[in-house]
Amino acid sequence: MAGATSYDHDIPVPGETPSIGYDPNYVPDSVKSFVVHMYRHIREKNVYEIHQMYENSFQSISDRLFKDSPWPSVDAVAPYVDNDHVFCLLYREMWFRHLYARLSPTPKQRIDSWDNYCSLFQVVLHGVVNMQLPNQWLWDMVDEFVYQFQSFCQYRAKMKNKTEQEIALLRQYDQAWSVYGVLNFLQALVEKSMIIQILEQEKEGLEQFTATDGYDYSGGSNVLKVLGYFSMIGLLRVHCLLGDYHTGLKCLVPIDISQQGVYTSVIGSHITTIYHYGFANLMLRRYVEAIREFNKILVYIFKTKQYHQKSPQYEQILKKNEQMYALLAISLSLCPQVKLVEENVNSQLREKYGEKMLRMQRYDDEAFALYDELFSYACPKFITPAPPSYEEPLVNYNQDAYRLQLKLFLYEVKQQQLLSGVGTYLKVYSTISLGKLAAYMEVDEPTLRTILMTYKHKTHSVDSDGKITSNANVDFYIDDDMIHVFESKPAKRNGDYFMRQIVKLEGVMTDIDRIKLE
Amino acid sequence: MGREMSNAATNQNQQSSLSHTVEQLVAVNPYNPDILPDLENYVNEQVSSQTYSLNANLCLVRLYQFEPERMSTQIVARILIKALMAMPAPDFSLCLFLIPERVQMEEQFKTLIVLSHYLETARFRQFWDEAAKSRHILEVVPGFEQAIQAYAVHVLSLTYQKVPRSILAEAINIEGPSLDKFLDHQIANSGWAIEKNQERGQLIILPPNEFNHPELKKSTADGIQLEHVARIFPILG
Repeated sequence: MAGATSYDHDIPVPGETPSIGYDPNYVPDSVKSFVVHMYRHIREKNVYEIHQMYENSFQSISDRLFKDSPWPSVDAVAPYVDNDHVFCLLYREMWFRHLYARLSPTPKQRIDSWDNYCSLFQVVLHGVVNMQLPNQWLWDMVDEFVYQFQSFCQYRAKMKNKTEQEIALLRQYDQAWSVYGVLNFLQALVEKSMIIQILEQEKEGLEQFTATDGYDYSGGSNVLKVLGYFSMIGLLRVHCLLGDYHTGLKCLVPIDISQQGVYTSVIGSHITTIYHYGFANLMLRRYVEAIREFNKILVYIFKTKQYHQKSPQYEQILKKNEQMYALLAISLSLCPQVKLVEENVNSQLREKYGEKMLRMQRYDDEAFALYDELFSYACPKFITPAPPSYEEPLVNYNQDAYRLQLKLFLYEVKQQQLLSGVGTYLKVYSTISLGKLAAYMEVDEPTLRTILMTYKHKTHSVDSDGKITSNANVDFYIDDDMIHVFESKPAKRNGDYFMRQIVKLEGVMTDIDRIKLE
Repeated sequence: MGREMSNAATNQNQQSSLSHTVEQLVAVNPYNPDILPDLENYVNEQVSSQTYSLNANLCLVRLYQFEPERMSTQIVARILIKALMAMPAPDFSLCLFLIPERVQMEEQFKTLIVLSHYLETARFRQFWDEAAKSRHILEVVPGFEQAIQAYAVHVLSLTYQKVPRSILAEAINIEGPSLDKFLDHQIANSGWAIEKNQERGQLIILPPNEFNHPELKKSTADGIQLEHVARIFPILG
């Protein structure tokens, strides 16, 4: 591995104050001990110990010694781990992740981190890795990879205050964090791991993957398979960042989100999956689907967040929780299906957004401002994937992608402006003539016919197979000039719930049977 | 004449093998700038053979997003028209999400967005008026009129059990003897019927479906797929 120091003093970044007294070559005893033990646990495939060190020791050492400085350089720790190539790549991956979390990466550091991911993924793709790593770590790799890509795109798009050196660096390393590179790595991991085929065969009982949480109990490695699995979620996320919701959802298809799976084995992966799935469905106007999934995950977080209070992911969990409440508020304002929302979630929702939701359903200027506010708070950090023109004039265009998505979303909201009014009237009547309703709504009959057809079109969503489903909670048909109202409830899917409980109970009984009493 | 026909047949064979190749490329190697010319050719083939592939077109619009200098506004316009023709599917919006704002500001795209708006809000009269004015943009894609008429019929079928003739006429932009012919065809092939009303003229009876006849709504909504139940057979057995 190239011994280039990853901490580069040559290019000053405006606003960054280098940590006084940071010596990349100084290795405190606790770090020495950390890498030695971690290295041994990895060689011995002791996943439990690796996980403990990764989740706990790394955090506590960081808190104690590296609150605002990077960990020692990889060159300094390499001698303690036999200069093991793969361990050094893993160490560097953690090194950069820590840097991004606690400090601000310099442009060169961003590029070096990209290089490290390339090396690491290439090693994995060549199939020479024989380790078992905890799912948490493997998820964090994919998650961080996409995060750093997003961060780089944001950084690169702020051209206004870039120095000549920065521009020269960007031009020189134009392959770093290229959208092609990122997408192709994720795609390669999915393909090389054959994870899609594995999941297919698992349904027919020919493979074991989910049952072992992705771990390999026959002496092999879980790294490629699980990275491939998490890369599907990575692809969903990248496509959402680009605004391609349809393809994003397609990438997720092999994962059945109505069941538990490896994606639920790590809470960060579970939340990221559902957040993006729900958001994509919202943009595709499949409101009932979005509401269902947001409701499920919010119930789950409500019940389990207390167990994650000490974990380094806690803050992120809370943030995504809040964002999904905002998205749920938006979805319910566009598609009032309160019966789909569980009691605890509903009361939390009322508390956070009850008043705003009432105002959003009025569809005046204030309502649009609220849709804007909630969308902007909760949406992903959209990116412009193309590199900038490095010619004058240098402008900031990092907001362009977000502005486009927001604009199109509000455009859709505007088209649905009159629909909530229709719903209100329809709830009160079982039949009503077009003439009468037109008079109440203060429009002429042709306009009312148009509004009613819009209501039908907007409340009947089309899924990717072309199937039409009604999202409406109050529906109607017209017989010449008479409107006949009927109620329309989306199913509560009790069957699904019972199925899951049966399987769960069977699992518990099997476990109990296994216990041998002395 | 014979040679023309055999040329046409060869072209058709070449074209369907092109579509097969492109679909494979999109499935296996979508993040690759080299396939851009193939995808552009495929758009033109979709136009001429009146077929449609959302996945391939999204793949192309995405590549244009990655390399804006290579974008062909002519191709994008065709993709958007094809997407309009796919309504009620939201394909038009899906494409717009990927097209930079400044491109959407160009005249022909502004027109297409207005047309989409009219269709999304069931303003069929305004739509056909504007479409007539924009014939030069739309006529490059054969089958446009029929596709929109199919969408209009779809929306009417969601909404009406019985719809007045004039409403139908406005929605599909057909009147007089042509409309009579259209109705005859629908009655013969699609289960439509006509009811004569003394004061109000003809009422068209649309075929019943679960959206305009609530009693037809299947209660499979709470059903479980066999393959899911099969999973618990070992437990139950």
